[in-house]
Amino acid sequence: MSLKRPAKDQPKNFEFNSSSLQAANAMVAKYPEGKKQSAVMALLYIAQKQNDNWIPLVAMKYIAKFLDMPYIKVYEVATFYSMYNLSPVGKYFVQVCTTTPCMIRGAGKLVEACKEKISENESQLSIDKNCSWVEVECLGACVNAPMMQINDEYYEDLDKNKTLKILDKILKGETPKPGSYRGRINNEPENNRKTLMDLKNA
Amino acid sequence: MLKDKDRIFQNLYNDLDSSIISSKKRGDWIKTKELVDNGRDWIINEIKESQLRGRGGAGFPTGLKWSFAPKEVGSRPHYLVINGDESEPGTCKDRDILRFEPHKLIEGCLLASYAVQAHVCYIYIRGEYFIDGQKLQTAIDEAYKENLIGKNAAGTGWDLDIYIHYGAGAYICGEETALLESIEGKKGQPRLKPPFPALIGLYGCPTIINNVETIAVVPTILRRGGKWFASLGREKNTGTKIFCISGNVNNPCNVEEEMNIPLKELIEFHAGGVVGGWENLQAVIPGGSSMPLIPKEKCETLTMDFDSLVAEKSGLGTAGIVVINNDQDIIKCMARIARFYKHESCGQCTPCREGSGWMWRMLERMARGEASKDEVDMLSDVTKQIEGHTICAFGEGSSWPVQGLLRHFKDEIKKRNKFDPIVKENKNIPYLVDQHLLDKNA
Repeated sequence: MSLKRPAKDQPKNFEFNSSSLQAANAMVAKYPEGKKQSAVMALLYIAQKQNDNWIPLVAMKYIAKFLDMPYIKVYEVATFYSMYNLSPVGKYFVQVCTTTPCMIRGAGKLVEACKEKISENESQLSIDKNCSWVEVECLGACVNAPMMQINDEYYEDLDKNKTLKILDKILKGETPKPGSYRGRINNEPENNRKTLMDLKNA
Repeated sequence: MLKDKDRIFQNLYNDLDSSIISSKKRGDWIKTKELVDNGRDWIINEIKESQLRGRGGAGFPTGLKWSFAPKEVGSRPHYLVINGDESEPGTCKDRDILRFEPHKLIEGCLLASYAVQAHVCYIYIRGEYFIDGQKLQTAIDEAYKENLIGKNAAGTGWDLDIYIHYGAGAYICGEETALLESIEGKKGQPRLKPPFPALIGLYGCPTIINNVETIAVVPTILRRGGKWFASLGREKNTGTKIFCISGNVNNPCNVEEEMNIPLKELIEFHAGGVVGGWENLQAVIPGGSSMPLIPKEKCETLTMDFDSLVAEKSGLGTAGIVVINNDQDIIKCMARIARFYKHESCGQCTPCREGSGWMWRMLERMARGEASKDEVDMLSDVTKQIEGHTICAFGEGSSWPVQGLLRHFKDEIKKRNKFDPIVKENKNIPYLVDQHLLDKNA
């Protein structure tokens, strides 16, 4: 279980804007009648997106009303799942995978790079409050280790220098190109492919 | 080596593209109606004949699972749920199916839904795979547009709606009943079984849950016949499988190969060999982090399938192979895996919630050489207290890797942790966790 605390400074009001409202209604429609509660995870994402990457308590109360469910049930979901941020994480949220497959390929160096460029501690905002980083458990891109996720995108096959360059870009407000940083194609064995060669050369 | 023409996932490396036009060229959605017209029993029998076993980790026979769905639809509708909550460290195969072969999965959903009489299918994708989920959504939209799913899907007369449900970073939601809880909008804590989901599952209705890879191979099996699939690999361990080879290898990669392929061939031939040469190999985790590691001596001759790995007291799991060479500290590697399980325990059962943290803290101390001699046996005891005493298989998943370490690297731990406990005279007082050992009949 991960330990999560809501932020100290909480906004007073929250409601979905028109595009969020549309997305939320589309989500509710995916589930059978009387099963609105199923949409709570999707609605928390929508709230998080609308509110600069984090979910304030008023948004949970708003969602509880929206879905006709007790507030505590929304709170329970928001605190159980690690991808809901309960305090500000900045415009660029960097998640470095440090589980064993990444660890043995040098994920520690990526953490060093984050400490140098963003902030000394995990979950601590950078000076301009635009960026923060956190160590996470396996992100499911193990053959492209070490890797990290910035917002929705994966950055793979990294080392310390490449990470520093990527972080430089986001600190300048640019969005770096996602994918492999060793130039290999997806998950193929780099320069050693033995299968489906007809398709590769086609 | 498996012949290219027998590879199910031709677009594993995205040499072509994942659009419906390209997918149809590789054989998806061709004469789907004819497959369905053969009837429910024919589909289930072909899958039974293929001896396909679930690709999500447990390896349960798929045809048998489908036959557990009630024969007649009663007052409650049936559901098909696809498990794409791939989070097992070392595993990244479902991601490639979602982004590069989405139509194989969607067509599989139609065939499986027909077989188990479901009109609604939910695909549960881990939240981190948002971009890959969007690619699948694009493919679902394409399929709706061409009437391949929706009302009278692909002209079969069967109605099917497919929806994606995103998870939010909880490993435990890969457990099938936790996944159902999560779709119902609750925190992902596993349910007691029985009742099994095939009878009482999502919203209390009959539900069949399959892994992404399992469902994605179904259309090809039905087209080429269960016999063809069963001719690959060996008895009860048939077909092809996507192996993910990560860790200390020269060319980490995903590759689709025949079941029962030698581990050494996967590492040396496909993944470019161990960093520092085969002699530098220390151990291999054969099936994702839950499966006990295999020391180098056994890796020479080991073949990769469900039963041969069980014989080595490990398991094929998800076929996520993590190669660890001699440059790594094996105790540290396992301590990190223990930290993963401590972080991901859902907190429902005490042995797992408390024990996972206990194992992690002990292993961290053992890696630093700060544990006492008798703690090695105590650690073993802790794993036994967790294993088999929890609602779901997470208890086994977290304790097996530690047991594997103790089985094969006990000497290494003992060498590093030599000193005796400080309070020597109290040695007869058992640790709390050891008390059951006093009663030999317990």
